[in-house]
Amino acid sequence: MARVRGAIVIDVERCKGCGVCVANCPSHVIGLEHAVNSKGYHFSHVENPEECTGCTNCATVCPDAVITVYRKKFD
Amino acid sequence: MEFNEIINPGNLVYKKTNLLTDKVLSYCPGCGHGTANRLVMEVIDEMKIQSETIGVASVGCSVLAYEFMDIDMVGAPHGRAPALATGIKRVYPDKFVFTYQGDGDLAAIGTSETIHACNRGENITIIFINNGIYGMTGGQMAPTSLEGMKTSTSPYGRDIESMGHPLKITELVSQLDGVYYVSRQAVHTPSAARKAKKAIRIAFENQKLKKGLSLVEIVSSCNSNWKLSPVKANEWMEENMFPFYPLGDIKVDGVAVKKVL
Repeated sequence: MARVRGAIVIDVERCKGCGVCVANCPSHVIGLEHAVNSKGYHFSHVENPEECTGCTNCATVCPDAVITVYRKKFD
Repeated sequence: MEFNEIINPGNLVYKKTNLLTDKVLSYCPGCGHGTANRLVMEVIDEMKIQSETIGVASVGCSVLAYEFMDIDMVGAPHGRAPALATGIKRVYPDKFVFTYQGDGDLAAIGTSETIHACNRGENITIIFINNGIYGMTGGQMAPTSLEGMKTSTSPYGRDIESMGHPLKITELVSQLDGVYYVSRQAVHTPSAARKAKKAIRIAFENQKLKKGLSLVEIVSSCNSNWKLSPVKANEWMEENMFPFYPLGDIKVDGVAVKKVL
């Protein structure tokens, strides 16, 4: 069965760790990192990469436009 | 293995629009301003009108919008953005002119300019970010603050008797004949942000018709001054702001679609 797989790339230096993407990810792919970036924010990171479908919900709500989304269909 | 297959330019479905500069946004984490800035720029990018658009930034948190939006922009004195946009639009009637204002700018010091620009029916677009508080100056009570809302100048909550009623300026201007399109949207969830983008697109497309002013209000959170986390602030907004500021189109094609409360 064909399956759509997605992947996101987060610009961690621009991320302010607001967590809005975490709350809006339907597949619970994103989490906040314990480590901090150079500004001191707990930036977002991908926790469950296998679950990502590339729906772009996280990028749509990201106030700082740090998320880039890719999507590919596998047969 | 699979990830390297997925992450390549051929599979790209979403990236930051080129019309946002690489400068880090000066807004607080989780602020709706960032999303609103991006949606406006995405609309301009999709309409391919970067070189024909002139933006007017206001005073408030959005004062640095010209640093982030890669288009021609002017900074207006406090509250005077619609007046400045009027002048620009009259000199360049074929350009797309928009103002980007907060509630302290549009609904407080700029009430007169807003109402008169709307009443004259200038062919401009107003993007109005309403978070019910003065964000930049430290969370003072704004005309749009809700009843009972605690701010730094109303620490016991807004009291209607002594402080007056919250101002629904969007409903107010929707009753003016010069206004062609009025919509109230939000950007806190993916579906809300997508609807907001559609509304902004309509507001820009309407400038070609030359039939009047278009105003899109975006109800946003100010988590720093509401003293909540970004996610909690969005929930608070859903529970408290939306009943008083219901989302949806208020006036489309010059005809009121929603009964004004």
